[in-house]
Amino acid sequence: MSARTVLHDADIARALRRIAHEILESRRGDGRLVLLGIPTRGTVLAERIQAVIDDIEPGVSSAGSLDITLYRDDLARTPTRAPQPTRIPAGGIDDAIVVLVDDVLYSGRTVRAALDALADHGRPRAVRLAVLVDRGHRELPIRADFVGKNLPSATSERVSVRLADVDGVEEVTIEP
Amino acid sequence: MKHLLSTRDLDRETAVGILDIAEDMALTADREVRKLPTLRGRTVVNLFFEDSTRTRLSFESAAKRLSADVITFSAKGSSVSKGESLKDTAQTLQAMGADAIVVRHHGSGAAHQLAHAGWIDAHVLNAGDGTHEHPTQALLDAFTMRQRRYGADSRGRDLSGMRVVIVGDIVHSRVARSNVWLLTTLGAEVHLVAPRTLLPAGVETWPVTVHEHLEPALALRPDVVMMLRIQQERMHAAFFPSGREYAREWGLTAERFAALGPDTMVMHPGPMNRGLEISSAAADSSASTVLAQVTNGVFIRMAVLYLLVAGSQEASA
Repeated sequence: MSARTVLHDADIARALRRIAHEILESRRGDGRLVLLGIPTRGTVLAERIQAVIDDIEPGVSSAGSLDITLYRDDLARTPTRAPQPTRIPAGGIDDAIVVLVDDVLYSGRTVRAALDALADHGRPRAVRLAVLVDRGHRELPIRADFVGKNLPSATSERVSVRLADVDGVEEVTIEP
Repeated sequence: MKHLLSTRDLDRETAVGILDIAEDMALTADREVRKLPTLRGRTVVNLFFEDSTRTRLSFESAAKRLSADVITFSAKGSSVSKGESLKDTAQTLQAMGADAIVVRHHGSGAAHQLAHAGWIDAHVLNAGDGTHEHPTQALLDAFTMRQRRYGADSRGRDLSGMRVVIVGDIVHSRVARSNVWLLTTLGAEVHLVAPRTLLPAGVETWPVTVHEHLEPALALRPDVVMMLRIQQERMHAAFFPSGREYAREWGLTAERFAALGPDTMVMHPGPMNRGLEISSAAADSSASTVLAQVTNGVFIRMAVLYLLVAGSQEASA
């Protein structure tokens, strides 16, 4: 059986636009927004969402990336992987509203690691989570604040997010 | 990668990979919390049979920044002075649950022996064995060169097109050996300068150009001049007539330093003999990378410890 496309490029753009609006709505007051993507695809998504936010309300947000490789809880079980760069925007994250951005939310372990990594960079006023796809099967008490698409899946299925900047095509697929 | 024993074992891709991970480690130095949880619950033993300040402190600080437990063992005041062998010492450490052993030993090949004799299954990091190799020093030198040259744009790059002149006591220098292999693997052009008495036998088979005098090498407008320490503790014979003559012929004097290009880096692995191989004018100038080398040493050792120790044993074997 082959892969089924659940989001096309127009759907992805629409979802990101909606997430950008939701993030702005939830901002309340004068909080500075820092969108931190989790490499590789989360970083791309964070930059895209930030660009939309900047169109609507210029100057209130910035984007960066937060690598979590060194904070993973499965380091000792897998072959060593090279970390990716972390870029925290100028001004840091102290007292900012940080929105973590990732492509797929699954077990929640990546987000757990990201929260640990974040604490070592400073103390944000609040931390939110935005994901393009929530496929369920959480192993930790973590949920997303902003979701592009809820995609009920079986653990045996494989959900892939491909983005033009990284993969050359733009789609979300699910395959058995 | 299971052990780090020699820079000869590293191919270009692996070496650039280590330097890139060190870039990530360097980023953590400006953060609010410098510590990473990466090696929590792992034990790193520093096994030092030979005196060392900066390498030992550097490894210790690297392991602690990665949250490993660190045990430092120096041969003085230990059972080694009662005649315990390397094998017995290593097996004792293994029994205490060491995940990695950082070893410095006066015997060339000691690290290799420790890694391959089948005594232990911990990861072995060579922190200097006799006059053989000192791989993390060469890696931190390469990292420093790359960072000075390319700054924030360093990632993924090697040292192609860079000309490096290494001057001094080549015969006793594990730093020189490790650098020759690593720098040439990374595409740099390496020149050695030393009096004939301080050149090792077989140097003509190395991938380098050898000069007996300093001036012709400096006239090549090198990007890097690396001065080696005159290792008085290893010199049991007369290799040159006097310190003053050595300084005059092969030292980086204030005059020679002034004639270097504006972008030439002056490197020294430390500790320096000021006035002998390097003048204070050169050592304290903005061209000098001596302190950057110390800082970068911690990042390189964090990168190597991460690569060797963090992953699963089966996969990295």
